[in-house]
Amino acid sequence: MEFSLKPLLYFLVFPGFAFTAIVGLLSSWVDRKVSAKVQWRVGPPWYQNFADIIKLLHKEIIVPQGSGFTGFLFAPLLGLAGATLVSTIIWVINLNPDSGFVGDLIVVLYLLAFPSLGVIIGGSASRNPLGGLGASREMKLILAYELPFIIAVFTAVLKVGSILLGDIIGYQQVSGIMLRHPSCIIAFLVALICAQAKLTLVPFDIPEAEQELIAGPFTEYSGAPLAIFKLTRAMMLFILPVFLITLFWGGMNFHGWQILASCLKYLAILVFIILVKNTNPRLRIDQAMKFMWGPMTILAIGGMILAVVGL
Amino acid sequence: MGLKSWSLRKSPWIFHLSTGSCNNCDIELLDCLTPKFDVERFGIVLVGSIRHADALIVTGAVTRQAAPKLKYLWEQMPKPGLVVALGTCGCSSGIFRDSYNIIGPVDKIIPVDVYVPGCPPKPEAIISGIVKGLAKL
Repeated sequence: MEFSLKPLLYFLVFPGFAFTAIVGLLSSWVDRKVSAKVQWRVGPPWYQNFADIIKLLHKEIIVPQGSGFTGFLFAPLLGLAGATLVSTIIWVINLNPDSGFVGDLIVVLYLLAFPSLGVIIGGSASRNPLGGLGASREMKLILAYELPFIIAVFTAVLKVGSILLGDIIGYQQVSGIMLRHPSCIIAFLVALICAQAKLTLVPFDIPEAEQELIAGPFTEYSGAPLAIFKLTRAMMLFILPVFLITLFWGGMNFHGWQILASCLKYLAILVFIILVKNTNPRLRIDQAMKFMWGPMTILAIGGMILAVVGL
Repeated sequence: MGLKSWSLRKSPWIFHLSTGSCNNCDIELLDCLTPKFDVERFGIVLVGSIRHADALIVTGAVTRQAAPKLKYLWEQMPKPGLVVALGTCGCSSGIFRDSYNIIGPVDKIIPVDVYVPGCPPKPEAIISGIVKGLAKL
């Protein structure tokens, strides 16, 4: 097997780390700017998130006394690695649906859970009661949203009959986007709300509820590890909507005018998420679990039954 | 101007500590975050954990009970960081100078970079003080 730099380039520069990080930080700026507009403020300039990350990288790193040293510093890297891998897989498949690149839907679903896993490990290792409480809430939140999310995602799989992301995009290119089926519209809505919980944005920002838990699992983090956590969150804000577009909305396409359509699709989902974030109060963890395992799961199963029937 | 000082000046995250203030300066500080002044324009964000902070903003004359906590918090702040004494009490103990339970102004406990006097200082004065302090870093 000959050595090639191309996979490394994929992971580190173009569809992987650098590209996703830059676009992710810009989308976080869109988040802050739109939130500011909703609150009748001016909001930060476009380079704000880059300044934040660069500043945090230059600050002192403090490891609290008595914390699990390895786990504390390793946790942010775990989340970053997961986000990088999943963005590479999704982008390579979007750019070239026929590529023999490994990685089907199940790998993507596993990797999407990595950033949350990093948050749990970091919060538990930080030896801070608020961090521990945040980590435990994050764990419960994962249990709550994964069930409807996976059912919703597998509605699309049922429709296509293949678990490969490339096949799902190919099916949509041949016979139109998924969103024209009623079953997939329901699945898309459920997945969108689960994405909100996955990003821990406001109705579901229970793990880091700043009014009660200060910053939750991130309380003890400073300097570069905090920057990595922020970067991972920004990357997830970019990659989760792209994943939903890939599954239900025809994928991101980069031929001619399609570039504009792809960007508009992404911006539409992003702004929807931000508006939900700005117009809702925070749920308690038990309310969130009831909501996810009750109405959301029933809705997702209803969508799946519709897909089985053939709608 | 290096990248480091640029980023520090563009994104100062502030941590607010009251060491026995009368709540007057605290409310003026919160005024800065309202839509009228909107300090997020300059990247200033109020954070809840001292580990995330670049600027420690202290309001009030330091009481006997608060002094060790103030010192501890300053030690826990990741450097480089800025200390701002807000209000007349923080700068010079004000009318509480001769009180039995006051240790003294903030700079008797920890080194202070910026003094913003006033009872309470105006939000404009607070923003100007933080910006001048960051230019020093």
